[in-house]
Amino acid sequence: MRLAADSGEREAAIAAAPLVSPAGKALPIAVRRLSKAYGAVSVLDDVDLDVRPGEFLTLLGPSGSGKTTLLMAIAGFLRPDKGSIRFGEREVVRLAPHKREIGMVFQNYALFPHMNVARNVGFPLRLRRVPASEIARRVEAALEMFQLGGYGGRSINQLSGGQRQRVALARAIVFEPRIILMDEPLSALDKQLRERMQIELRQLHDRLGTTTVYVTHDQREALTMSDRIAVLDRGRIARIDTPRAIYDQPGSRFVAEFIGESSFLDVAVADGICRAAGSVIQAPKVPVGQRHCVMMLRPERLRILDGSETEAMNRFEGTVQSAIYQGDTLLLQLVLGDGSLVSLRMATRGDDAAPPARGTPIAVGIAVGDTVLLADEGRARK
Amino acid sequence: MSAPGLSIAGAPGDDFHAAALRRDHWRERFGLAALAAPALLLVTITVLLPVGWLFGLSFLDDAGAPSLEHYRRMLAEPSYGRTFRTTFEISLLTTAICILLGYPLAYFLSQLPRRAANLCMIAVLLPFWTSLLVRTYAWLVLLQRRGLINTWGMELGLWSEPLQLVHNVAGTLIGMVHIMLPFLVLPLYGTMRAIDRDLLRAASSLGSTPAHGFWTVFFPLSLPGLAAGSALVFVLCLGFYVTPAMLGGGKVTMVSNRIANDIELFFNWGAASALGVVLLVITLVVLVLAARLSRGAGLFGAGH
Repeated sequence: MRLAADSGEREAAIAAAPLVSPAGKALPIAVRRLSKAYGAVSVLDDVDLDVRPGEFLTLLGPSGSGKTTLLMAIAGFLRPDKGSIRFGEREVVRLAPHKREIGMVFQNYALFPHMNVARNVGFPLRLRRVPASEIARRVEAALEMFQLGGYGGRSINQLSGGQRQRVALARAIVFEPRIILMDEPLSALDKQLRERMQIELRQLHDRLGTTTVYVTHDQREALTMSDRIAVLDRGRIARIDTPRAIYDQPGSRFVAEFIGESSFLDVAVADGICRAAGSVIQAPKVPVGQRHCVMMLRPERLRILDGSETEAMNRFEGTVQSAIYQGDTLLLQLVLGDGSLVSLRMATRGDDAAPPARGTPIAVGIAVGDTVLLADEGRARK
Repeated sequence: MSAPGLSIAGAPGDDFHAAALRRDHWRERFGLAALAAPALLLVTITVLLPVGWLFGLSFLDDAGAPSLEHYRRMLAEPSYGRTFRTTFEISLLTTAICILLGYPLAYFLSQLPRRAANLCMIAVLLPFWTSLLVRTYAWLVLLQRRGLINTWGMELGLWSEPLQLVHNVAGTLIGMVHIMLPFLVLPLYGTMRAIDRDLLRAASSLGSTPAHGFWTVFFPLSLPGLAAGSALVFVLCLGFYVTPAMLGGGKVTMVSNRIANDIELFFNWGAASALGVVLLVITLVVLVLAARLSRGAGLFGAGH
């Protein structure tokens, strides 16, 4: 939906449509030196994290990276071994979860099956002793926000997965919490619904302006929704930045492999000259003091060369191994001269000629400006 | 269908195997039904026929003529009323004590890690490996005037005279609760295990204290298991014979003891049968009520 975190545009959107006014100012979250170990296994290793007020921050990582543990510690469901968690000025690390005033959305919705939709959404309001008439009004307003107006009397069993997730969201925001936490809330939905909900959730966030921490293992979801993404690896934050910065400049092979598709070529550095797959290559930034590094090739940045290029290109010769038609794009898998495999993705059009046959020699290249060299840390774990 | 058969038949024909496929379907159905036949036969011979015979006997008077005499006497004689009242009192008390002891136990087990819970569950089920008679005799040994509990209690100076712990209602209850507890804990534990822990987390993130979350979320969702377990215990108590006979010492007369007396002392099969029929009807009513209760709750509890 949005690749650049265009903050000006977002603030304008928040100011224009405050349907539910944020309860006071959005709160920042500051996590300092948070650690948690189970026996010898460290799940959180001295984590520092700052979530800015009103920000949509995604914790992204493979399973076991500690992203859910970190979220559960922020929610108060998990007691860390040490560390500090502050909501604004307030230290909450020892505060019971029910006193933290956070709206939480769970993977399996966690709707109360013995209550109907209205009683589920009204649950936090009843706890706060809101008068019955106001509860009814606010519940209906929250349901309408999620296109569920008039569904209050339904039983949870009568709802589809998408509707349940909307009820769970309505319940999490109806009491106007100043922080919203979401634990893979869309992972149980099918792909189409998930993609629609991603955009809806992002629009909801733009409207409410509540500080949101979102956990997912789906990198595309993270790119679609976030202001910033924190990539976690073995209990540490490997990288935290805007989606665009992380995608274009991942900074490490682990992050590059985890976010988006990419092929990697081994690069030998000698006397300031870099060679990869038999070609001399150039790059805006070369890791200093290393004899080996890797070159990241995003499939959609790689192009078939036909001599019409105007910018400086790093050029490779190879042959076509397979051509896979995927509707919106054509995926070519190529073997380069030294045997390394790379992928190339190009948009399809109605009048495309037949894709090149297996074994066709081909010259491909990537603009020098798009070339990213990364320190070689060995293959990362997916 | 084998390949040669197909090749002989050649083309699939107008109905595209519809008749043959339907036949296959029914053959499979009958095959499955046949598997249940031995059990059905056994139940018919050992349960349905004797119960039907008793049912018939209860409507015959001592001379063998059809009459409602046994039922009339049951209403007329106050001692029958007392027996039924005792039966219900003992059964209700046993069920209530089982709930008070069993609910916290099942809750504790449901919160343990699965491995630890399984180990504890073995401890709960251990008594099933010994005969009912042995367990009841064991209580007799423990509870009697010169039994272990009275001896230790007096040696420790907790009480000076031997307490009357057996051959009364207290002894009957102790023995029955001990035997019935697993029947309550098992279904309750199963229901509690199935409650998603995220529900309680959700409640607390929405502002619920742990106690409030328990009463508004966990307890209502555990009710189907509680209803099933309680009904099971109550129904088993209604027809319980051995423990009240031995630990009650003749002072606690439940319906089953009365049936035994009618047959062993008075050889009155008609009266015993009539008691049996009334007990059976009451049991069925309790089971139907409990099933309706737990289905009502289960209807909402099935929501995932």
